[in-house]
Amino acid sequence: MFYTFSRRNQPPIYPTASDSEIESQNSEVLIPEWESSKVKSMLDTSYQLKSLLMFGAYYHQKKDGFESVVIEHLRLNGAYWGLTTLDILGKLDAVDKDEVVSWIMECQDESGGFGGNIGHDPHVLFTLSAIQILALFDKIDVLDVEKLDVANLQNEDGSFAGDMWGEIDTRFSYVAICSLALLHRLDKINVEKAVKYIVSCKNLDGGFGCTPGAESHAGQIFCCVGALAITGSLHYVDKDLLGWWLCERQVKSGGLNGRPEKLPDVGSLILFLIIIDRVHWIDKGKLVNFILDCQDKENGGISDRPDDAVDVFHTYFGIAGLSLLEYQGLKAIDPAYALPVEVVNKIFLAK
Amino acid sequence: MNQDLREGRARIPLSERPEWADVRPVPQDDGPNPLVPIAYTDEFRETMDYFRAVYLANERSPRALHLTKEAIFLNSGNYTVWQFRRLVLEALKVDLHEELEFLEKITRDNSKNYQIWHHRRWVAEKLGTDVTSNELEFTKEIFLEDAKHYHAWSHRQWVLQALGGWEDELAYCDELLEDDIFNNSAWNQRYFVVTRSPHLGGLEAMRDSEVAYAIKAILAKPENESPWRYLRGLYRNNLNSLAEDPRVASVCLDVLMNKRDCIHALNMVLDLLCHCYQPSNEMKNAIDAVVTPESNLSDLNLAARVCSILQLVDPMRANYWEWRKSTIPVHLEDIDPGMEKQCVV
Repeated sequence: MFYTFSRRNQPPIYPTASDSEIESQNSEVLIPEWESSKVKSMLDTSYQLKSLLMFGAYYHQKKDGFESVVIEHLRLNGAYWGLTTLDILGKLDAVDKDEVVSWIMECQDESGGFGGNIGHDPHVLFTLSAIQILALFDKIDVLDVEKLDVANLQNEDGSFAGDMWGEIDTRFSYVAICSLALLHRLDKINVEKAVKYIVSCKNLDGGFGCTPGAESHAGQIFCCVGALAITGSLHYVDKDLLGWWLCERQVKSGGLNGRPEKLPDVGSLILFLIIIDRVHWIDKGKLVNFILDCQDKENGGISDRPDDAVDVFHTYFGIAGLSLLEYQGLKAIDPAYALPVEVVNKIFLAK
Repeated sequence: MNQDLREGRARIPLSERPEWADVRPVPQDDGPNPLVPIAYTDEFRETMDYFRAVYLANERSPRALHLTKEAIFLNSGNYTVWQFRRLVLEALKVDLHEELEFLEKITRDNSKNYQIWHHRRWVAEKLGTDVTSNELEFTKEIFLEDAKHYHAWSHRQWVLQALGGWEDELAYCDELLEDDIFNNSAWNQRYFVVTRSPHLGGLEAMRDSEVAYAIKAILAKPENESPWRYLRGLYRNNLNSLAEDPRVASVCLDVLMNKRDCIHALNMVLDLLCHCYQPSNEMKNAIDAVVTPESNLSDLNLAARVCSILQLVDPMRANYWEWRKSTIPVHLEDIDPGMEKQCVV
């Protein structure tokens, strides 16, 4: 298909028109070995974290105290973040597979799309999470693929709406493309136009925004670069220009910020640095240490930056980031599909 | 927070309100053995139970509209509630100007919420050019508190493109940059205006004055990455022209005279050298001034020397500069010093 896959400890290779230049990557990550077991044992033992990972609520620091915000309406996304994290840690067995799968199928709306929880309206963001979770459990076959309604959300200009209300955003392009690719159904959309729209969102810094002309932002760049990788269109990315923008995101503490002059946090940057094969341009050891500094040392979990409260979203990005930085003891993750490599391989190499 | 509480009134439970007496609430089904039970507050639980009831009955009534408002105040991120609210608004033909006022209140609590902004765009699209200045003003207010607010910028760009109001936009960017020259969102908006405004004649027409603008910003704060990048963006796809603009080399030199190890200036000089720029003696001296006897740089040509200097002054990105050194065009390797221009790029 569009894709070749990585062996452990090697970045995945996305074929593009001009991609023969990548040579030896000599930067070694220097982390004491005990750190790795520390992360894992923390994640094992903490009930609080376990519940956090398996669908939990997430915590939000508010001005007037510490208040827990229920993400009932985002449960499907939360489940994806949590379960993928567990899988990277090799702990997916802790979850009752059948229970999760039947709950997911209950989130499917009559129209074929998925809601954030049972009885909620469908949105592509949830549909992708549902597909990804089913992929984790090797259960994509329970889906009635013909019933899914992702392709209809494509507009004439190639962009995608998130739902019937028509909000347009390159996030939805990624979500639609990733969903359909995992289902072997990319033929249902106009890939050429979809790619063209994403490319029209490219900025002078080589990054991408949510719509044409919108500022480059780590999360949006991940979506755009991920979608281009999946569709075999990475030659549209100006990798060296974007790579330099990414390099400039690393600050003294070792963390990466999502935009210039912002505070560093644990986020998606590392995913597309890997996709465009430029991760060796940053100081990987410092980044690993930054992520480790974001751990809650007592209860486990990872926060956006040191000393903040942990949540499932940043725990996921932290663990995924550590995996991509070849941290010991973690399963390899495919940065474009944001799923473990073995899961992606099963989907694309089995047939 | 509930609206009643906000206004200092105690909330009356829905079950005690006469107008809801005929409705049987529908409880949340978390399954018989939820993996992780969610601790809902009573207020949240009750409101959502009634919401489920009107949603399932597809009741598009004033009381349903009010209920969605209460539910949104409790949790403005619930996608289904917003979607249902739009259906009710459409069915009741409500004056959407009121909806904008409601949105203003809710945005103050949680301005980083996608649903709120999406809903706002939906409302503004329906109201059309009547609300152009209102919407531009609204985002301005957001920027007073957070000048890099991503959703607000996205909304503002949509307003300009869909409803207009470009006339004062360049001046507004100016204002924001006067306030904070490091504001990358404002730089991005400036580029957006320069390249897309129907009144300015496009990038070609604006290039000259914008180069001057960027240079002024660089001289004020050479460590600011945004104007350096903006300057490159003005010569997008044509770095040879960038290298031919004498103002660019001149600003690099000015900066290096004051701050010999300025990464951005050295990086720009490197770009220029790779695109046919012939360095003056002053420039060569400025660069060699960074080199100390201990740094032991044996590179023959200037571009390679710049890379080596950058590796020393920016060790975190040493691998990047190493790579840059490996991509220096071959024709440069022998021309320094004193060779004739052989540039064929």
